[in-house]
Amino acid sequence: MKKLSSTTRLERLHDRYLNGGLDRRNFLGLTAAAAAASGLYLPWAGPALAAVKEVRFDGWGGVVQEAIDKYAFQPFTAKTGIGVVQGTFGDENEIITKAKTSSPGDFQVVHSSGVEYYAKYVAAGMNSEINEANIPNMANVLAAMIEPFRKMTPKLSAVPYDYGTTGIAYNTTVISADEAKAQGAALLFDKKYAGKIGGYDSMVTRVWYAALATGQDPNNIKDMDAVWAKVREQRDLVKKFWSSGAELMDLLSKGEIVVTDAWSGRVAALQQQGSPIGYLDPPGSYAWMEDMLILKGSPMAECEELINFMLDPATSIAVAEGQNYPPSLDPTKVQLTDKIKALPAFDPTGQMKSLTFADPAYWSSHEDEWGKQWDRISKGA
Amino acid sequence: MATRPADIRPTRGWRLYDPRLAWLLLAPATLLIVCFLILPILVMAVYTFFTFITAGVEQSTPTLANWHEFLTDPYYHGFLFKTLRVGVVTSLICGVVGYFPAYFIWSTEFKHKWLLLLLLIVPFWISFTIRTFSWIHILGEEGLINVALLRLGLIDQPLQMLYTEGAVIMGMVHFLLPYMILNVYVSLENIDRTLISAARSMGCTNAQAFREVTLPLSLPGLAAGLLLCFVLAAGSYVTPQILGSGRDALFGNLIYDTIMGQLNWPMGATLSIVLFLVLGSVAALYTRYMGMSQIVKGLGG
Repeated sequence: MKKLSSTTRLERLHDRYLNGGLDRRNFLGLTAAAAAASGLYLPWAGPALAAVKEVRFDGWGGVVQEAIDKYAFQPFTAKTGIGVVQGTFGDENEIITKAKTSSPGDFQVVHSSGVEYYAKYVAAGMNSEINEANIPNMANVLAAMIEPFRKMTPKLSAVPYDYGTTGIAYNTTVISADEAKAQGAALLFDKKYAGKIGGYDSMVTRVWYAALATGQDPNNIKDMDAVWAKVREQRDLVKKFWSSGAELMDLLSKGEIVVTDAWSGRVAALQQQGSPIGYLDPPGSYAWMEDMLILKGSPMAECEELINFMLDPATSIAVAEGQNYPPSLDPTKVQLTDKIKALPAFDPTGQMKSLTFADPAYWSSHEDEWGKQWDRISKGA
Repeated sequence: MATRPADIRPTRGWRLYDPRLAWLLLAPATLLIVCFLILPILVMAVYTFFTFITAGVEQSTPTLANWHEFLTDPYYHGFLFKTLRVGVVTSLICGVVGYFPAYFIWSTEFKHKWLLLLLLIVPFWISFTIRTFSWIHILGEEGLINVALLRLGLIDQPLQMLYTEGAVIMGMVHFLLPYMILNVYVSLENIDRTLISAARSMGCTNAQAFREVTLPLSLPGLAAGLLLCFVLAAGSYVTPQILGSGRDALFGNLIYDTIMGQLNWPMGATLSIVLFLVLGSVAALYTRYMGMSQIVKGLGG
């Protein structure tokens, strides 16, 4: 049976009305129904049936996202016509909360904090299944970075994109490089700098550095009481636990704090702006990786196309130079620039053995209990 | 047979002041309130009985564990009382500081009074977060006050003003003051000025006329402003986050941390319902004794 268009249907109705086949009330009623059906159909069904024109991305904002936008998203849109709608977060748990309260597909690509967070998405059933054949540039990604993800889900939902460390940043007009090196993690607990110390408002970072300061392995803590005592000791010395990269940079550049644990890329950005800030990765410094995660319900083909574009060596190198974090590209396969080789945390071997990452299984098993305890300690408990 | 007045004669089955018409007009607002206020609160209330499994994962298996934790853990009680205390202090400061500008605007002979009222609204043109962040540049160690005092030689070391409870209260007073001024101003505007003239003609001094006539008649506006400031301050979480240290957190920050940080929705929902009930009770008490109409007047300008 041939399907009638709305126009044909209305024309036939009009003919029947003119020929006396319909009374006025029925004609107006049917016309209104047809018009309403067209009105309801067109605005809603149109976009759903059309090809995807936009991909949603959520990241860390600031200089990091500016670099991604400038060197990856804008060229991607120019090439494909697919726009990238962007959102930001200060703490990745925010995006998990938002995704939970939204329909699948509302949030699509997330600049996620590596394996620890990957475990959370998987536990909440938010992971998708990437068709790796659609991301040929994955061949250049460090195998050592992909492996921990594949251990959790053989079908990946994320592709590693960059890595960095949370080391120690210090104001060089107050603290010398020699003093920083000699003290290492203990610098963050030095009473001499009470009221001028900062720290990331995150359980993992707080526990990690307290473990280092008590001489323990952060991935196998034996004396948790000693760690919490150290966390409390530091809390009383700290001026402000910062909660975003922008806040970290503001506190350091304005001299509100003279020493803090800090994200390597943000410190590099400050140094490039001429701020007198030094950076040190003490033994056992907290290393982390970030990935581009595709959430369940996303338009997979377009998201995969975007990630493949982002992993293109030229794009990835430009982004890395802009955001000051080394890319996930294997330096034995891709020629990286001198600027990238000079970035903090850069591993020229591609083996990642010189960096200490958090053991995802160990940290996931303590996340709930330690997260709650840190929230309380941070509020004076 | 008695004839109906013309204005209530039925027209096509409808009468003027027809109850069906009233319901029809109320329907959109009722629908919005039910869908976007009552239903979400009910969903939150149901969530308080869910079982937390791990971060971001909960089960609908009913449990009283969340309520038990709230009722037995002094950590939550301490923050609840602190929040109420900070709310009361903030609203009292707003009351004292806000009354005078309202009185001035009301009593001034300046012919462009609208300009003064416009000045009250101007701050709302700038984002609340940016206005709060601006205090960092005023109260910080490198901020305006410390730099000025240091250069004048009045202090040797910068004063610790930022990341304190005082800074949090200051930030909230800054944000809430226009609400207080508008409420008091509306209340003053409703006063019949001949009453003050009468008091003066009967021998009252200006101060006595203010104390005996103006102040008592403006009290409903002041009370409405106090309630509004208290509820908004006690429910605040952004200002303590930006201007306070961890110790200066309010109950709203506990809710934020529990839901957004620990991803423990059942406990976060429990804390949210607690704050809703406490602040709702205060508003209900106010309505019982003062009436809500004053707040509506204040907000309407």
